[in-house]
Amino acid sequence: NYLRIVGLEIHAQISSNSKLFSGSQVQFAAPPNSLVSFFDASLPGTLPVLNRRCVEAAVMTGLALNCSINKKSLFDRKHYFYADLPAGYQITQQRVPIAVNGSLSYSLCIDNKMSQMVTKTVRIKQIQLEQDSGKSLHDDTRSQTLVDLNRAGVGLMEVVMEPDMCCGEEAAAAVRELQLILQTLGSSQAVMAEGQLRVDANVSVHHPGEPYGVRTEVKNINSIRFLAKAVDYEIQRQIEELENGGTILNETRAFDSKLGCTVPMRDKEGKQDYRFMPEPNLPPLILYDAKSLPANMNHQQVINIDWIHERLPDLPSVKREKLVEQYGILPEHSFTLLNEDGLAEFFESVVKQTQMKPKKVIGWILNDLLSYLKQHSLTVKESPVSSSLLADLLNLLEKKEISSTAAKRVLAELWKGEGKTPLEIVKEQKLELLQDQKELEQICQAVIDGQENEVMAIKTGNRKVLNKLIGLVQRKTQGRSNPVLVKQLLEKKLSE
Amino acid sequence: MLRASLRQVSAALKEGRVTPTELCQRCLALIKSTKFLNAYITVAEETALKQAEESEERYKRGQPLGILDGIPIAVKDNFNTAGIETTCASNMLKGYISPYNATVVQKLLDQGAVLLGKTNLDEFAMGSGSTDGVFGPVRNPWSYSKQYKEKSVPKSHSEDEESNWVITGGSSGGSAAAVSSFTCFAALGSDTGGSTRNPAAHCGVVGLKPTYGLISRHGLIPLVNSMDVPGILTRCVDDAAVLLGSLAGHDPKDSTTIQDDFKPFELPNLTDVSKLSIGIPKEYHVPGLSSEILALWSKAAELFKNAGAKVVEVSLPHTRYSIVCYHVLCTAEVASNMARFDGLEYGHRSDMKDSTESMYAATRREGFNDVVRGRILSGNYFLLKQNYEKYFVKAQKVRRLIANDFVKVFRSGVDILLTPTTLSDAAPYTQFIQEDNRTRSAQDDILTQAANMAGLPAINVPTALSERGLPVGLQFIGRSFQEKQLLTVAKWFEKQVQFPVIQLEEVKRHDSGVFQHQKSASFS
Repeated sequence: NYLRIVGLEIHAQISSNSKLFSGSQVQFAAPPNSLVSFFDASLPGTLPVLNRRCVEAAVMTGLALNCSINKKSLFDRKHYFYADLPAGYQITQQRVPIAVNGSLSYSLCIDNKMSQMVTKTVRIKQIQLEQDSGKSLHDDTRSQTLVDLNRAGVGLMEVVMEPDMCCGEEAAAAVRELQLILQTLGSSQAVMAEGQLRVDANVSVHHPGEPYGVRTEVKNINSIRFLAKAVDYEIQRQIEELENGGTILNETRAFDSKLGCTVPMRDKEGKQDYRFMPEPNLPPLILYDAKSLPANMNHQQVINIDWIHERLPDLPSVKREKLVEQYGILPEHSFTLLNEDGLAEFFESVVKQTQMKPKKVIGWILNDLLSYLKQHSLTVKESPVSSSLLADLLNLLEKKEISSTAAKRVLAELWKGEGKTPLEIVKEQKLELLQDQKELEQICQAVIDGQENEVMAIKTGNRKVLNKLIGLVQRKTQGRSNPVLVKQLLEKKLSE
Repeated sequence: MLRASLRQVSAALKEGRVTPTELCQRCLALIKSTKFLNAYITVAEETALKQAEESEERYKRGQPLGILDGIPIAVKDNFNTAGIETTCASNMLKGYISPYNATVVQKLLDQGAVLLGKTNLDEFAMGSGSTDGVFGPVRNPWSYSKQYKEKSVPKSHSEDEESNWVITGGSSGGSAAAVSSFTCFAALGSDTGGSTRNPAAHCGVVGLKPTYGLISRHGLIPLVNSMDVPGILTRCVDDAAVLLGSLAGHDPKDSTTIQDDFKPFELPNLTDVSKLSIGIPKEYHVPGLSSEILALWSKAAELFKNAGAKVVEVSLPHTRYSIVCYHVLCTAEVASNMARFDGLEYGHRSDMKDSTESMYAATRREGFNDVVRGRILSGNYFLLKQNYEKYFVKAQKVRRLIANDFVKVFRSGVDILLTPTTLSDAAPYTQFIQEDNRTRSAQDDILTQAANMAGLPAINVPTALSERGLPVGLQFIGRSFQEKQLLTVAKWFEKQVQFPVIQLEEVKRHDSGVFQHQKSASFS
């Protein structure tokens, strides 16, 4: 009897060559303080200069999330003192952000059944451009803090999702979909492990009909899986607290992944007043569309929203629809294809190179290929079996030169990555289906002759026993007989 | 030669009547002998001589870079100069060597100017006297002029000129004193509330505040980003036009500079002012305005009228709110701009090691003077969430009203406004320091600061000597980006008033040798 309210604040690092307001490079894991311009280090007298690519990334993302793009947005200073914030303030967009009022649709499986998917929507409150901070590492043994400013000033898009979600699974699915969208757009690489996508969750609970409860902010969530865990834990913690007559503090908590729980964060004493002030060194950001574009303006100084809109790539939801329509696969299949980086391309590549129907190919991709990759923690790119190798194998199967059992054995061999072709393996292991009808007939006859009781049973109406005979033929032929053909031959002989 | 204008000495260089190294050496020598003025914080003797030598090479090859090649100039110590200390007259930046040049500094160097050194100022440009920096106050060269000494009556026989000296005004006092005492031919200042025009008036030099957005602020350590401009201090209006021409224009590193192309101009010699409309804003007749300056102001208005110009009284009704408005906006920006001084990346760092926060607090207490700290505290107060609407936003609205006052007046047909620059001539130092910085700033900024609020160009033109033998200037305020018109009128006025040259003993001594050595100065 509690309503669970979950909202998200997501920071996505913009994929760009240089930082939001300065020309220094953006690069992961560079030597400390090697990517720091005078402006990033806050040397007195330096001024911010807006990076065009970052604005385009934010516009693309806003359009993909169905937002209204504000044709005029403003920059502000948010003040606080911290070692990784050299200027003593962050440049952000507090008053008027670049995009507002959008939505994101995502899908969930009901009861863990892929076949039962439901679509949900979360409202996007806004997207704002802002600077990332540097990194500080606390060395308690030497009582010092090490500061690396490489990340200081990198462009971020903060995406605020309204509290329309109600559990960890929904939050995780929404973030997963956002991640796919960002990666499709190229506006962010959105790899959580590299800090390119950071998620903070706002969680509260209340009884239906009563006002919203006090919310807590949960930080330090390092993966989508942990996001679901953290949210669910916090919901549970709040419910238990309230059931025991306690109260919820409006605080910030950190998720401890080892213990699987949230703990209060140390540094928060009272609410901070960030003393927001307009950033005086940056004029308002003016964007244009086809209608408002002035005639004689330098096109390098101008961003046309409509131009960007026309060039948006297919979003994941569209891609999935197209896959389902084009290949006749199931919707849940399309989700799995897109969920794995490169898998959809692999699938399409195989389909192009084989006569086997896509509806059959998909099974090989999702069951055999994907499970193998997962078992060995490989990405699609790292697969020892290329799309052409798999296509070759499926062609052999389609042409009925081998049985499906044999095909699985060949695949197992291909995983070793020894460079052999499917055909070579088939020949080596003598897995070809028997083509000689006469030989097959002889073997069938031999089996019939040797199984008097079973033959009797079949002739008296017990058709099931036929499978045993088929099995015996298979064994005799070492799996090299086509079961359909064997069944036909046996039936023919038994009816004679 | 040292008393010549920039254009005159540039012509002399071109004609070989004097060499860049000779010029540079003379200036350096004069700086040494006028050290008591305390106008310079850093004298960059080695690099200046090197620049002069390179300039000389160019002149020898007949390939000077332009009118500024070989000209000794000085730069206020809140502009970044690569390899030369930049202190802002503060303990926070003592010893700070910047790795880059401010755009305006780079432009001057690219045109062959010789950078003599960095001039003294109020700490972080906060003040109107150039008395509140860590290197001590700047003395007005006119304190030592024949004109002032003749007029000053010592109160007792034991009193000497040591305690009688007057301030330069501020905050660009060092730059004004440097130009006024002939140690350089032009200097850069900054102007946020009058910091270039005020000392220009007290030191008898031309002080130009350009339109906001015309000259790049990249590398100017900011006081109030939305009001700061680099200021130009010269001996005459023509020289100011030359400097303006070499500095103005879009800078991609400063997003607040306008994109339009800027075309440098030469000032015409205006003879006919009958088409001109001069506005006299009545609100600038403020209490505290000395009767002397009031009389001079009227006399100037008469001058224009008699020459055929239309002189009208106009009203800028929101003038009286500008000081309070300025106080809110200035302190808010100061609180923000000073947040970067934490001792971590550059500048002074305290020895306090208990925690990062305590290190920050100690560093900032040790590095900033009371004036700076006072403004930071005020600014933070105004920016608190519960106060933001009441103070900051309100002040922004009032700022727009002040700016609109000017728009209305200019739209009604007035071309130029004529006002006093300061309330009186320069005060003796001992008198000036009896009131605190905030009180003085509030008093002295009243006539200059509205132009910063509105972003308009304004210029101080030295007009006459006061009864005490000290300079008094008058201010012209023009339309946005109409510097040509503003300077043309200023030049006409300058010609009419024939402001006297300062008579300084030290300069006479250094300059007298030139005419005798003229022949040896040419190439052989």
